[in-house]
Amino acid sequence: MATKKKWEYAPAPESKQPAAIASRYELFINGKWQQPTSGSYFKSINPATEENLSEIAAANEADVNKAVQAARQAYEKYWKKITPAERGKYIFRIARIMQERARELAVTETMDGGKPIRESRDFDIPTAANHFFYYAGWADKLNFAFPNKKANALGVAGQITPWNFPLLMAAWKIAPALATGNTVVLKPAETTSLTTLKLAEIIQEADLPPGVVNIITGAGETGAWLTKHKDVNKIAFTGSTEVGKIIQRTLAGSEKKLTLELGGKGANIIFEDAPIDQAVEGVINGIFFNQGHVCCAGSRLYVQESIAKIFIKKLKDRIDTLLVGDPMDKNTDIGAINSAQQLKTIQQYIKIGKSEGANFFESNCALPKKGYFCKPTLFTNVAQSNRIAQEEIFGPVLCILTFRTDDEVIEKANNSPYGLSAGVWTDKGARIFNISKRLRAGVIWANTYNLFDPTSPFGGYKESGFGREGGLQGLQPYVQLS
Amino acid sequence: MAGKKHVFNSKILNHSPVEQTGVEERTIRFTKRSIKGSSKMQGLHMILSMIDLTTLEGKDTPGKVNQLCTKARHLHDHIPGLPTVAAICVYPSMVSVAKKALQGSSIKVASVATAFPSGQSSLRIKLADTRLAVTEGADEIDMVISRGKFHAGEYAYVFDEIAAVKEACGKARLKVILETGELGTLDQVKKASTIAIAAGADFIKTSTGKIQPAATLPVTLVMLETIRDHFQKTGKKVGMKPAGGISKSKLALHYLVMVKETLGDAWLDNHWFRFGASSLANDVLMQIAKETLGNYQSPTYFSID
Amino acid sequence: MTQNKRLEIWKTYKIYIGGQFPRTESGRSYAVKNAGGKTIANVCQSSRKDVRDAVSAARAAWSGWSNRSGFNRGQILYRIAEMLEGRKKQLKDELIAQGFTAALATREINLSIDRLIYYAGWCDKYQSLFSSVNPVATAHYNFSVPEPMGVVGLLAPANAPLLGIVSLMAPCIAGGNTCLILADQEQPLAAVSFAEVLNSADVPGGVVNILTGFQQELTEWISAHMDVNAMVCFEQGELDWKKMQENGASHVKRMFRWKTNELFTAGGQSPYLITDLQEIKTTWHPIQTIAGSGNAY
Repeated sequence: MATKKKWEYAPAPESKQPAAIASRYELFINGKWQQPTSGSYFKSINPATEENLSEIAAANEADVNKAVQAARQAYEKYWKKITPAERGKYIFRIARIMQERARELAVTETMDGGKPIRESRDFDIPTAANHFFYYAGWADKLNFAFPNKKANALGVAGQITPWNFPLLMAAWKIAPALATGNTVVLKPAETTSLTTLKLAEIIQEADLPPGVVNIITGAGETGAWLTKHKDVNKIAFTGSTEVGKIIQRTLAGSEKKLTLELGGKGANIIFEDAPIDQAVEGVINGIFFNQGHVCCAGSRLYVQESIAKIFIKKLKDRIDTLLVGDPMDKNTDIGAINSAQQLKTIQQYIKIGKSEGANFFESNCALPKKGYFCKPTLFTNVAQSNRIAQEEIFGPVLCILTFRTDDEVIEKANNSPYGLSAGVWTDKGARIFNISKRLRAGVIWANTYNLFDPTSPFGGYKESGFGREGGLQGLQPYVQLS
Repeated sequence: MAGKKHVFNSKILNHSPVEQTGVEERTIRFTKRSIKGSSKMQGLHMILSMIDLTTLEGKDTPGKVNQLCTKARHLHDHIPGLPTVAAICVYPSMVSVAKKALQGSSIKVASVATAFPSGQSSLRIKLADTRLAVTEGADEIDMVISRGKFHAGEYAYVFDEIAAVKEACGKARLKVILETGELGTLDQVKKASTIAIAAGADFIKTSTGKIQPAATLPVTLVMLETIRDHFQKTGKKVGMKPAGGISKSKLALHYLVMVKETLGDAWLDNHWFRFGASSLANDVLMQIAKETLGNYQSPTYFSID
Repeated sequence: MTQNKRLEIWKTYKIYIGGQFPRTESGRSYAVKNAGGKTIANVCQSSRKDVRDAVSAARAAWSGWSNRSGFNRGQILYRIAEMLEGRKKQLKDELIAQGFTAALATREINLSIDRLIYYAGWCDKYQSLFSSVNPVATAHYNFSVPEPMGVVGLLAPANAPLLGIVSLMAPCIAGGNTCLILADQEQPLAAVSFAEVLNSADVPGGVVNILTGFQQELTEWISAHMDVNAMVCFEQGELDWKKMQENGASHVKRMFRWKTNELFTAGGQSPYLITDLQEIKTTWHPIQTIAGSGNAY
């Protein structure tokens, strides 16, 4: 019996109820929820529906000051004094409670930022919890981490996180800082504050001493006041290269330590002996995971010319099976672009690409009528000198270039001010080790892409930033060695 | 349908390698698809229509086969509008029994052949085994490849054997069982699939069901991708049959997702896709009943055979 | 004793093998008495056949356990701590019944829980510290990693009936080994109750096996057992360590004696106790040279 009716997936929406988003959130300072000095709040919307989710407190300079003072007090009075093992136990508690409240956090993350619920549920939230679990274990083992050196806390860490992985980036910042004995003042990105605020609730639930972690919500200027504050010992920033440079300039002449995790233009390199079907999947995952809002996205595809035709055909076929739509639908592969602003930026780059003469291809999927959405896009026939091959688009747009020899592709992959990540696909182990050695990038994925683990250090070369997050090396930015 | 004689060309073995971790990651994505409501019901009906209801036991008798054929035609009369299964799969000695019992229905009779399940015998015996089943009335032949010859590197032998059996099938459609559980790696699965397709297979099938592991999502994905590449190169369709180890509806739905997203809706048809299963049917019936009535069912209320 | 007093149900103390609680196949037992001389339990006097079965179970569990990620093992060790914390009262009462003061019992239990947390944190970190990429002089990528030894025999010390077991078990299984623990002969009750803790903590059956009995009798069999890859005991006077070492020599068993006097201090826990029970595996792989580029690490 032949089935004539096409088999489509019925909507499979996740329930919004578990998110339990409050209508208003205050600042979390010194273990209490405090109103902003200015009395002003800003709206946070759901980019998939353009609906209002909540209003968030806007911290001004006075609030930043309050928060830093609270962090300093907490450091001097409590955090510096308790045993490292007890410090670790607090951080384990945070990890366990995050695991318990996983569903609530995943739904909130999707509603606030637009990423598919499948990704929040299966990647963002579990990885964030695991990050706390990992660093909790280091708290009482720092004497092993740096041979022949004692590791001392720095004091108060000021941290600024981006909107692409809000909770995960908060975990990457807070966990190592606490484990090494520092206290924290953190400012999340203004379009995605909610899961970080829920993390503050969890920190309260875990009974952490007041002031050990403070969350001050606000826009760019809140972050600027934090970076300028005289009583902050260290700044950690993840965001655009442009803002990273501003921060680095601001800190010039001060004693503050700095780590930056900035933009990228990852080269994903496919050799002719690559496992082609899995490489196609790796490329798709590399650029369309999280709508391409990933600093280490594989946004430049270098495919060896001998297999370019078949590879590009397979890519296009696969793009047409990607489901773009409501992020709360469990079947959605590609969700909403994070903001109207970002969508405009991406659309501008697509225009530039077309005007530069590259061949444009986009998925034939339908887009929802409301919300900020972009079809998965690729450009073929791209040249190294095209702007779209050089500048970070931060969206679901892949640029495809061809190459002929190993030497050539290594040169071209390195020919960029960025140096965060790269991928290499080949069946030959010896080639992998050679390429890995010669690529100037902080993370190299061989026959895979976009894999993250709390034990694995992550960070860039060149203008992609400096300092590492994750692993043993991730402890270093938060300690003074003596 | 007598086609042209297939000739082995070793160039077919030059295919790109398979990265196992990548395959496993892709199959995990398929299992994340949430199939609900109308698409679930449609999927469950499709699954029923794609089942090759199977009995391959040493102790099979005409009585057993007759009862199985009755079940095939009357899966669960309490629920109206159910499809019948695609086929019954039996040993050659039971083909005529099945043929008679299924008269008047559209259900096919598939027979295993070629010294199933081991395939350890001479070509002469295997062809005679095939011809016996065809003469008895089998619509489809499920053969096994010579895994021993495959592992010894004698790919031309494996190829020629399949081509010869295809000839002996006459009008019957040929399913080629790779016995993926004995092949070792996904690269081997891809190689065996390529050989079988080039040699004239109408279907490629994962397993005999007699050893573990039987069908898995990763081996099936590799086989589906081989079918897809062949179709894009030649325009010729080949069918796919995962067999053994699929006893739950949820898993069967994941297989359908995998077929849809790899080959497209044209393969969601029992002419091109089958499940080799026995207990799957009742689990699907229980799910259909639950979707209709709203509560969880008990196996006691569904006939077994 | 009034007529309304409710009779308590006394626990039968069995051994723990393969995730189950069987009695010793020998049917033998010995009495454990409290300070007043009253019998508070009849514990199993395990036999060589129980040793055989426990080693078998540990071996069967080894492949699965050693292939789990460090992260997963860490989660399980943390869970053991959670379960032990929940059973504090039960274990405290047992220790007191066997002669501990309340303060010492509390100290024993709290140190045990904290030690489990300590090792939970090491499961996915010792590899980063004790592995290396070695800068060989030829064009090869050369790396060394620690790998678990296999099945380990652990002998509990006297006077630390719970902490002694935890201090042996935690570094052993944190590193991916499976084990057979021989409880302290005089104070075996905590060992059996600890088995109950393990059983409720997602520890796969066979990873840890616990026997009670006469140490002199059983250590002979464990030390000579050719499928036990390593053996650890604490420095203590009673056992014939020399004889055990001679037995172990027949199959190059790795033998270790850890310091008892550090048991109650921070020195009683260390990543070096994990690495004691690890082998080092070194692998070489060529690095392709392309057009005169450098090829060493």
